[in-house]
Amino acid sequence: MADQQTGKIKSIAGPLVIAKDIRGCEMYEVVRVGKEGLMGETIKLVGDLAYIQVYEDTTGLKPGEDVVRTGAPVSAELGPGIITNFYDGIQRPLLGIKNLAGDFITRGIDIPSLDPEKKWDFNPIVKKGDELVEGDYIGEVQESKVIKHKIMVPPGIKGKVIEIKKGSFTVDEVIAILDDGEERKELSMKQKWPVRIGRPLKEKLNPEVPLLTGQRIYDTFFPIAKGGTAAIPGGFGTGKTVSQHQLAKWADSQVVVYVGCGERGNEMTEVLLTFPELDDPSTGEKLMERSTLIANTSNMPVAAREASIYTGVTIAEYYRDMGYDVALMADSSSRWAEALREISGRLEEMPGEEGFPAYLGTRLADFYERAGRVVTLGKEKRFGSVSIIGAVSPPGGDFSEPVSQNTLRVVSAFWALDTNLADRRHFPAINWLTSYSLYLEFLKPWYDKNIGKEFQALRGDMMALLEKEAELQEIVQLVGQDALPESDRAFLEVARMIREDYLQQHAYHEIDSYCSIEKQFLMLKIIMKFYQEVNKTIESGILASRTAAVKVKDEIARMKYTPNPDFPQRYEELIKSIESEFESLRDQK
Amino acid sequence: MKEKPKDIKSREYRSVTQVAGPLMIVEGVEEVAYGEVVYIRTPEGDNRMGQVLESQENLAIVQVFEGTRGLDTDQTRVRFSGDIMRIALSKEILGRSFDGLGRPIDGGPEIIPEARLPIIGAAINPTARDYPNEFIQTGISTIDGMNTLVRGQKLPIFSGAGLPHNELAAQIARQATVLGSEEPFSVIFAAMGITHEEANFFMNSFESTGALERIVSFINLADDPAIERIITPRMALTAAEFLAFNYDTHVLVILTDMTNYCEALREISSAREEVPGRRGYPGYMYTDLATNYERAGRIIGRKGSITQMPILSMPDDDITHPVPDLTGYITEGQFVLSRELHRKGIYPPVDVLPSLSRLMNEGIGEGRTRADHLGVSDQCYSAYAEGRDVRSLVAVVGEEALSERDRLNLKFADIFEERFVTQGVDENRTIEQTLNLGWELLSSLPEGELKRIDEKYVKQYYKKGT
Repeated sequence: MADQQTGKIKSIAGPLVIAKDIRGCEMYEVVRVGKEGLMGETIKLVGDLAYIQVYEDTTGLKPGEDVVRTGAPVSAELGPGIITNFYDGIQRPLLGIKNLAGDFITRGIDIPSLDPEKKWDFNPIVKKGDELVEGDYIGEVQESKVIKHKIMVPPGIKGKVIEIKKGSFTVDEVIAILDDGEERKELSMKQKWPVRIGRPLKEKLNPEVPLLTGQRIYDTFFPIAKGGTAAIPGGFGTGKTVSQHQLAKWADSQVVVYVGCGERGNEMTEVLLTFPELDDPSTGEKLMERSTLIANTSNMPVAAREASIYTGVTIAEYYRDMGYDVALMADSSSRWAEALREISGRLEEMPGEEGFPAYLGTRLADFYERAGRVVTLGKEKRFGSVSIIGAVSPPGGDFSEPVSQNTLRVVSAFWALDTNLADRRHFPAINWLTSYSLYLEFLKPWYDKNIGKEFQALRGDMMALLEKEAELQEIVQLVGQDALPESDRAFLEVARMIREDYLQQHAYHEIDSYCSIEKQFLMLKIIMKFYQEVNKTIESGILASRTAAVKVKDEIARMKYTPNPDFPQRYEELIKSIESEFESLRDQK
Repeated sequence: MKEKPKDIKSREYRSVTQVAGPLMIVEGVEEVAYGEVVYIRTPEGDNRMGQVLESQENLAIVQVFEGTRGLDTDQTRVRFSGDIMRIALSKEILGRSFDGLGRPIDGGPEIIPEARLPIIGAAINPTARDYPNEFIQTGISTIDGMNTLVRGQKLPIFSGAGLPHNELAAQIARQATVLGSEEPFSVIFAAMGITHEEANFFMNSFESTGALERIVSFINLADDPAIERIITPRMALTAAEFLAFNYDTHVLVILTDMTNYCEALREISSAREEVPGRRGYPGYMYTDLATNYERAGRIIGRKGSITQMPILSMPDDDITHPVPDLTGYITEGQFVLSRELHRKGIYPPVDVLPSLSRLMNEGIGEGRTRADHLGVSDQCYSAYAEGRDVRSLVAVVGEEALSERDRLNLKFADIFEERFVTQGVDENRTIEQTLNLGWELLSSLPEGELKRIDEKYVKQYYKKGT
């Protein structure tokens, strides 16, 4: 039977529409539904029926209205103009929607992802006669103040340059023509890529370089590698979103893709308002100059939420292919999983755990596997990376639920947010006893070479102290602090110092918000020095109540507020103060 | 293609084939829109309202708001309206009372509409939102000092059966002001499944302030049809958007009790035999709640705002129950009421430890409240949290085994509850009073312990007495 280009709506229930008489439709093909041409995607095909998830509100649709095929899968438009832009889950620019429809998002708005009018200055870096393969750069565009956008030969295309232009062009105009011997290919600055398929690459590499974040708990204790994956699960109010914002602001990636997936509108507004204002420590420009935001808030259509993380990761891969280190923040993957569950329920699929579809685990794995440090396509050997940091919102803060557990199986760094810590305003509320990072070993050579061999050893010592504290606290809960020996009592004070003066970091303090890795190293050394001096002093017979009362302790408590560049000097002063104060304490005996 | 019926409004059918729970199936229908409003006439001649939940060729599944009692598969007549659910609005709604479906119940005339707005609100474009940052003084220390509310925020009260959440909500509605602003709040009160007594309490409380003309109420009581509750908050929020964004009004929306709303949602879901999520609640409850809660906020270039205060009772005081849990993930914080504090006779029994206001940082500090506000709040939190820990420790090891520091924190926790948390139902403290009280209590701790406050404020306020 011949393919049919146009079908009719058979039934409507929430975001799911079934269309009939539409034989030949492909899976994940974009279709236009109803009079308003609402965008949808086929997710199940039975005979000449197509099950369609609609990306917009379906209220008012009627059986019998038209469903029109487009023949193309859901794709991202890739080209200059993505950076500094702000999209919804299916890559429609939100500012464009606002200009067309006003303050509220109405239905059936069709608007290109990349501004078709805007002209970009294109500088070719190849010349006539060059042989190019897929992934090769053909030229550059200054996309934002800090991002040089490489125009690449799209995957699957190669050939000899027979024409190359220079000058000002829109994303749709032809800027080069390649001849592969059989046919001529016209290239523009825009390419399209289906969002559900990972962009091709040459080789995946081991994670060897840390993604430094300026946050002590991650960089020192549970680092993530460039090209790595991390999950931040936590109940509400534990600071998932603030953590994600901090990582987006300070991580030393060159491009940030922030996906707000099913979260609060005001939070996205905060990102939108603060990123263009925030100074970016690595470039001296504003943070927005290297960021793109994708927002599908919780009240926006649920199917578009499902698509949003794929849109995000496709954009991230595209910038990776230009040789950039890209960090993708997905807040929150649980909301994405719920969208999956809702659609699955409407399809009347047999549910797995807690109503989630049985394929939840594979879908999550597919997504996180698109992270990685890679050798990109192209003749030259070039590196790029996509790191994915996903927030998880487990119901009731209980990590045994399916989304957390399936995420844990695929990510290598686990940053567990803890309600108890959050309740006492210990932020970031990452539990140091249950969190882990599998990257420590991979990254050891980097830390040894760039920071110092002592660093990871110190990290190990501190971790051991924190473990010991947890054990001692259990005893204290039973018998009280008085029953402990002097040495343990003094020790507890040091452990408290690690928790309060090192692990706690103030996201909203202008200086403490970002702590360089060098400062972290010196801070660790200071605490270790203090610990050693306490031990020495206790051994000489001084009471713990006196070592706990030293003045330098207050100075250490405030060391996090010393600016990064001034810290080496502060370090010297503090070490001297520690030595002299404990010496005089021991002398008093 | 078949000819469309000429007068779409007169599509009336008597082909009800099935009635089950809150649902009704009508067959032989044509071109019924998803979400369309349905008018039903029972064999006895009652009129009811419903809405299309699923539309197929020749068949529509309809949820009936006022219950399906008395419907049959023979005589019942169903008329499809050709329109989605709308509410008639004008400025005249101020001071009026409506039922859960938006029909006047105060004996007054029908509203002559300036606009008939669909109750399914469109999402505010995130680029159009203005970030909430105007401090609302509620006069309650645990809120103003520790978990500050700002205009455009959605901040629920998590409560339990028998706790004084209504008193607290009413007190907030009475006392809420924005410093330096003369514009009063209008209050939209949406009741879902609460008792007559509770509804009367609110009405009397509003009346006592002489502010009834600023109140709009949508009342669905415990003995009103349960399914109607699905519509009630949407009616209320549509009215709120109308007042806020068409008439530059600052609106405070009180929604109580959201747990009843969720129960109604669950009832429909189970009647439709959907795959349940946690505890039988539908998997889309998060999205559904979000479409209500997210209708709070401010919009750039418009003067009005919508501040939401949903109240929900946690079944068995369990904060991990799906209703408070999903709410907490959507709202910008929560006030949690504690049975323990209530038993001690403390009003308002706000447990500040699990309470939170996410938008607090933007609304406080120099020029908004006072420069030392954040520090005072952080320090009180930390000392009170430690004091509470010590309190449980004392039960095991006795007070003698405590260190001096622990003893001070324990003392702090006690006076914090007695003096800072406790206040009268009509006691309206200014933010100055609240912060000074905070300093008074903090002055019982050694100066060196005040690590979370900038030194210059410690110098300025510590042990200065007021």
